[in-house]
Amino acid sequence: MHTLTSWATSVPFTDIAPVAAEPVKHGIYAVAPLLVGLPLASAAVLLLAGRRSDKWGHWLGVLASAGAFVIGLITFLHLLGRDASSRILDVHLGTWIDAGAFHVDAGMRLDPLSMTFVLLVTFVGTLIHVYSVAYMEHDRDRRRFFAYLNLFVAAMLILVLADSYLLLFVGWEGVGLASYLLIGFWNQRTPYAVAAKKAFVANRVGDIGLIVALGLMFSTFGGVDFDTVLNHDMSGVSQATLTGIGLMLLLAACGKSAQFPLQSWLGDAMAGPTPVSALIHAATMVTAGVYLIVRSSTLFDAAPTAQLVVVIVGAITLLFGAIVGCAKDDLKKALAASTMSQIGYMILAAGLGPVGYAFAIFHLVTHGFFKAGMFLGAGSVMHGMDDQVDMRRFGGLARYMKITYVTFGLGWLAILGIPPFSGYWSKDKIIEAAFIPTDGHTWRAWVFGMVALLGAGITAFYMSRLFFMTFEGERRWSTKADGSEQHPHESPALMTWPMIILAVGSAGLGMVLGIGNRFVDWLAPVTGHTEHGEPVIQPVVLVILTLVLVVAGAVLAWRRYAISTVPVVPPLGTALTRAARVDLYQDVVNDALLVEPGQHLTRSLVYTDKAVVDGAAVGVGQTAVGLGGLLRKTQTGYVRSYAATMLVSLVVLVVVVLVIQS
Amino acid sequence: MTFTAPQVDWAHLSPVLVVLGAAAIGVLLEAFVPERRRRVVQLAFSLAALAGAVLAVALLWNGVKRTGGVRVLGDSLVVDGPTLVLQGTIALLAIVALLTVADRTSTGEDAFAPTAAAVPGSDYEELARRRGLQQTEVYPLVLFATGGMLVFPAAGDFLTLFVALEVLSLPLYLLTGLARRRRLLSQEAAMKYFLLGAFASALMLFGIGLLYGYSGSLTYARITTAVATPTGTDSLLLVGSVLVLAGLLFKLGAVPFHSWTPDVYQGAPTPITGFMAACTKVAAFGALLRVWYTVMPGLKWDLDVVLWIVTIATMVVGTVIAMTQTDMKRLLAYSSVAHAGFILTGIVALDAQGVSAVLFYLLVYGAATIGAFGVVWLVRERDADGIVLGEATHLSQWAGIGRRHPWLAGSFALFLFSFAGIPLTAGFIGKFGVFSAAVDGGAWPLALLGVLASAGAAFFYVRIVVLMFFSDAPADQTADEADDAAAAAPVEAGDDVPVDADGGAVATLVAQRAPSVTTTVVGTEGFATVAIAVCAAVTLVLGVFPTPVLDAISHMSTFLP
Repeated sequence: MHTLTSWATSVPFTDIAPVAAEPVKHGIYAVAPLLVGLPLASAAVLLLAGRRSDKWGHWLGVLASAGAFVIGLITFLHLLGRDASSRILDVHLGTWIDAGAFHVDAGMRLDPLSMTFVLLVTFVGTLIHVYSVAYMEHDRDRRRFFAYLNLFVAAMLILVLADSYLLLFVGWEGVGLASYLLIGFWNQRTPYAVAAKKAFVANRVGDIGLIVALGLMFSTFGGVDFDTVLNHDMSGVSQATLTGIGLMLLLAACGKSAQFPLQSWLGDAMAGPTPVSALIHAATMVTAGVYLIVRSSTLFDAAPTAQLVVVIVGAITLLFGAIVGCAKDDLKKALAASTMSQIGYMILAAGLGPVGYAFAIFHLVTHGFFKAGMFLGAGSVMHGMDDQVDMRRFGGLARYMKITYVTFGLGWLAILGIPPFSGYWSKDKIIEAAFIPTDGHTWRAWVFGMVALLGAGITAFYMSRLFFMTFEGERRWSTKADGSEQHPHESPALMTWPMIILAVGSAGLGMVLGIGNRFVDWLAPVTGHTEHGEPVIQPVVLVILTLVLVVAGAVLAWRRYAISTVPVVPPLGTALTRAARVDLYQDVVNDALLVEPGQHLTRSLVYTDKAVVDGAAVGVGQTAVGLGGLLRKTQTGYVRSYAATMLVSLVVLVVVVLVIQS
Repeated sequence: MTFTAPQVDWAHLSPVLVVLGAAAIGVLLEAFVPERRRRVVQLAFSLAALAGAVLAVALLWNGVKRTGGVRVLGDSLVVDGPTLVLQGTIALLAIVALLTVADRTSTGEDAFAPTAAAVPGSDYEELARRRGLQQTEVYPLVLFATGGMLVFPAAGDFLTLFVALEVLSLPLYLLTGLARRRRLLSQEAAMKYFLLGAFASALMLFGIGLLYGYSGSLTYARITTAVATPTGTDSLLLVGSVLVLAGLLFKLGAVPFHSWTPDVYQGAPTPITGFMAACTKVAAFGALLRVWYTVMPGLKWDLDVVLWIVTIATMVVGTVIAMTQTDMKRLLAYSSVAHAGFILTGIVALDAQGVSAVLFYLLVYGAATIGAFGVVWLVRERDADGIVLGEATHLSQWAGIGRRHPWLAGSFALFLFSFAGIPLTAGFIGKFGVFSAAVDGGAWPLALLGVLASAGAAFFYVRIVVLMFFSDAPADQTADEADDAAAAAPVEAGDDVPVDADGGAVATLVAQRAPSVTTTVVGTEGFATVAIAVCAAVTLVLGVFPTPVLDAISHMSTFLP
C-alpha cells in the first residue's frame, strides 16, 4: 500500500468512496440561491437602469459580488462544521422540466467541490471587480462592463452549483455568453470582434459535445441529474457508451478550457479588457472543463479509454502552450499561452483518475490566484505604459512600479513551483501523480511523467523570460523619437490592493491548504481516494529533479533576457520560434483541415444550386423583362421536372411496398 | 318521401364554423365597406374570428377531455383530443401570422401587390402603387385557408379530407402570387405551387378511389374495419394507401414531394410564407397523424418502409441542401423540410407518446417559423436615396445586423437556436420528445439519424448567428445613415441582374441588387414586432417551463378510434 507522498507532506491513506447527496431544504442552505441571485439581480438592474446608474453602477456590481462571497463563506463554514461524509447536500428548488420520461429538477449541489469553486469565483471575482473600478474608469460604458461581469459571476455560479448536467449546461452557455460580450466589449475594433467570433465557434463545437453527452446520458441512465448519472452502477453499462460519453464531455471541456484541438481562441480572447482576461480567461471560466471532468469522476473512472484520451489531450496542450509561450512578445498572449499550458496540467491530472482529481482542483485554485494576480499585474503595467503590450518595449520597470513588481514576482515564483510558494504544492503533486503507473502500464507513467516534468522546465523558462523582459534589464520604452514618450508609473490603490491580496494568496495559499493534506481531505467526499502504485521515480528524486530543471530554465532566461540586450525588433529566430510565434500554425492547420474543404464543398454545392435553381429563377426574371413570352416555357419545364421526380419516386415507393408485401 | 333532418352537433363544429363563416362575411365586407376603412375592419374582424375559434376550442376542451371526443355529421368530422389541440394550435398560430400579414411599413406598404391583376411592370401597376391601392382580400383568403386547415386534421372520411385539402390549398395558391416585389418570382411560385398541388391532389384522389374500391367506403372507421379482414385484393389497399400518404406528404413538404417548397417559400410574400410554413404543416401533420394512427395501423408492417424511406430522405436532403443555401428564405424552406423529417420520426413511432410529442413539436416549430419569417420581412434593402426596397434575403446582407439591431437579431437567433434544438429553447424539448418517442417505438436508427442531422443543421443555423453578430457589415453600413457612404459600397460579385435606370418599375419584377444597396430594418406599424415578440416569448417560455403545456397536450393525445 502506497500513497502519494513526498518529503514535504504525507498523505494519510483513507479509502473513501464518493458519498451520495443528502437533500436539504432549510436553515442556512435556504439562502444558497442568493449566491446566484445577487449578481444576477445586480446585472439586471445595471442593464435595465441604463445610463441612470452610471454614477453608482460599478459599486453595485462590486457589492453584489462581495455579497455572494459572504454567503459563500457562510455556507462553506456550515459545510465545514458537518461530518466529512455528510458534506454533500442538494438544495431542491423545484421541478423544472417534466416531459413524460424526461424529468429534471432544478436544484443546487453544495459539496466540497462546488464550494471550492464558489469561494474561488466570488473571492477572485470581487477583487477583480474592485480592480476594474479603477481600470475602467475612463470608459464611458463602465456600467455595462460591470453588468456583464456580474452576469458572468452568476452564470459561473450556476455552472458549478447545478445539480444536473442540464442546469450545468445553462451556466455553461451563460459564461460563454458573458465571455463573448466581454471579449467583444470594445467591439468597435474589428480584430476584437473577430476574436469574439473565434471563441464563439470553438465553444459551439464544444457545446455539441456536451449536448450529445446529455443525450447519451439520458438514454443510458434515464436522467441527467448528478444523482442518477454518477451514482449509477457503471458495471451494467457498455464500455463503448461510457467511452462515448467520456469523449463527448472531453470535447466540451476542450472547447471551454481551450485544450487541444480547440485551443485557438484563447490567445485571441486577450483582446478583451485585462480584468476580463484575469477573471474569465485565467482564473475561472476556462477551468470549467476541469470542473466538468472532475465532477464526472465516477463516469471517467469506468471508462479508461476516455481517461487515456483526457491525459493525452492534457499532455499535448501542456507542451503546446509552453512552446508557444516561449516565443510570444505580447505580454497578455504569453500569459494566455501559459494559462493554456497550466490547464493542460489540470486536465492531465484529471485524466489520471482518483490519483489526480484532487490535485487538478488544487492546482486550479492556486493557479486561479497566481495567474489572476499576474494578469492584474499585466493590466497595471499596461496602465502605466499607455496600453503597450509588447514586452520588447518594456524592461527595467521594477524601479517604477514597485508594488506591481513584487506582486508579479510572487506570482512568478508560484507558477515556477519554487517551494514554499503556492504552485509548488499543487504542480509538483501533478508531476508526481503522472509518474504513477496506471493499471500497470509503466510506459504511460514514463511518457506522461516526462512530459509533465519537461513542461515544468519550459514553464520556468518562458515565465522567467516574461518576467525579466518586463521588469529587469535595460529600459526599452518608446521615446519621443518613436512618437510618444512613456512615463511608467504605479497604478492607483484600487488596482494595487487586489494585486497585493492575490499575491499573498500566491505566496501562502498552497502551504496553508497543502500542509497536512487539508485540501485533498476536504475534497475526498467528492473525488474519493483509492490505492495506487508507486511512482516510477522516487518522489524525493523527482522533487529535486523538478527543481533543478526549473532553476535551469530560469537561469537560462536570466542570461538571455536580463543580462544580455533584448532587441526591440524581434530577431528572425529558429524555425521553432517562428512557428511558436504564430501559435504553431494552429490557424493555418484549422484553415487547411476544416475551413477550406468545408468551403470548397459548400461552394460547389452552392454553384450547383445557383446554376440549376437560382440561375433559372434569375434567368426567368431577366428573360421576362425583354421576352415575356418565353417565361411560360421555362416555368412549365421546371414544374414538369418536379412532377416527374414526384411521380418516379412514388412509383419506386409503390414497388418497394409491393415487393416487401409479396 | 320523408326527409329527416340530420342531427348536427353544432357546438363541436364551432371552431370551424366561426372561421369559415367569418371568411364568407369577409368577402361581403370587401363589397360593402368603404375602401379607406376596409383594412382596419377586415383586420379586426379576422382577428376576432380567429380569437373566436380559439375560444371555441377552449370551451370544448374539458368536455372532450372527459368524454374522449365525438363524431360529428355522421363520421365526417371527428372532434377528439388531437383535433382540439391541432385546431387550437392552428388558430393561435394564424392569429400571430395574421399580425405579420397585416403589418405595413411606415410608408404604408404592406407585403402584397397593390393590385394583383396588373401586369408586373406595367403603367397600370405603377399607377395603383402611387394611388396606394391595397388587396384587402388577403384577410378573407387567410381565413378560408385557416378554415380548411381546421377541418383537415379533424376529417373522419376521405371525402372531407379531400375537400378540406382543396379549401386550404386554393387560397394559398392565390396568396403565394400576391407579393408586392419580385412579382414574377411570386407568380411563378404560385403557378408551380398550383400545378404541383393539383398533381398531388390528383394522386391522392386516385388513392382514395382505390381505397373505396377495396373497402366500399370512404370513412376512416369502415376502411379500418375492412383492413382487418383480408380479401385478397391487398395490392389495391396498399397502392391506395401509398397514394394517399403521398398526397399528405406533399402538403407537409417531405422528400421526394418537397420540390415546390423552396420555390414557393421564396416567391410568396414573406408573411404568407410564415403562415403557410407554420399552419399548413400543423394541419398536414395532424391529418397524417390521424390517418396513420387510426386507418393504417393494420398496414404498419407494409407501409413502415414508405415512412422510413421518406423520413430518412427528408432529414438528409433538407439538412444537406440547407447548408448550401445563400438565400435566407430558401434556407428556411430547406430547414422546414428537414423539420418535417424530424417530426416524421415521431409519427413513425406509432405510440401515444409520439402523438403528444408531435403535437408539441408542431406548436413550437410553428411559433419559431412565423417569428423567423417575420424578422426576414423586416430586414430590407435600402438604396442610395434611402428608399426602402424589398427584403434583403441574401445571407451576406445580414452581416453585422446584430450590432445595429440587437433585439431583432437576438430574437432571430433565438428562433434559429430553437430550430437547432439547443437546450433552453422550445425546439430542444420538441426534438427530445419526437426522438425519444421514436426510440420507444423501436425506430432508434431514425432517432440516431435525426440527432446527427440536427447536429449538422446546427452548423448552418449557428453560421447565421455568427454572421449577424460577429461579422462586419460592409464598411458603409456600420452607420445606419448610409446616404453619404453609399458611393463606396462594394459591388456584389456574380450578380448579373441588369440595373434599370428607372428603378421603380423593375424593382417589382425581379430581385434587383444595385451596387449601392444597403441593409436596414424597416420601421413598421408594429404588428410584426408584436408577432415576433410573442413568438420569441413562446419559444423561450416553452423551452424553460414546458411542463404545463406538455401536461395539457398529453391528456389530449388519444385518437377516437
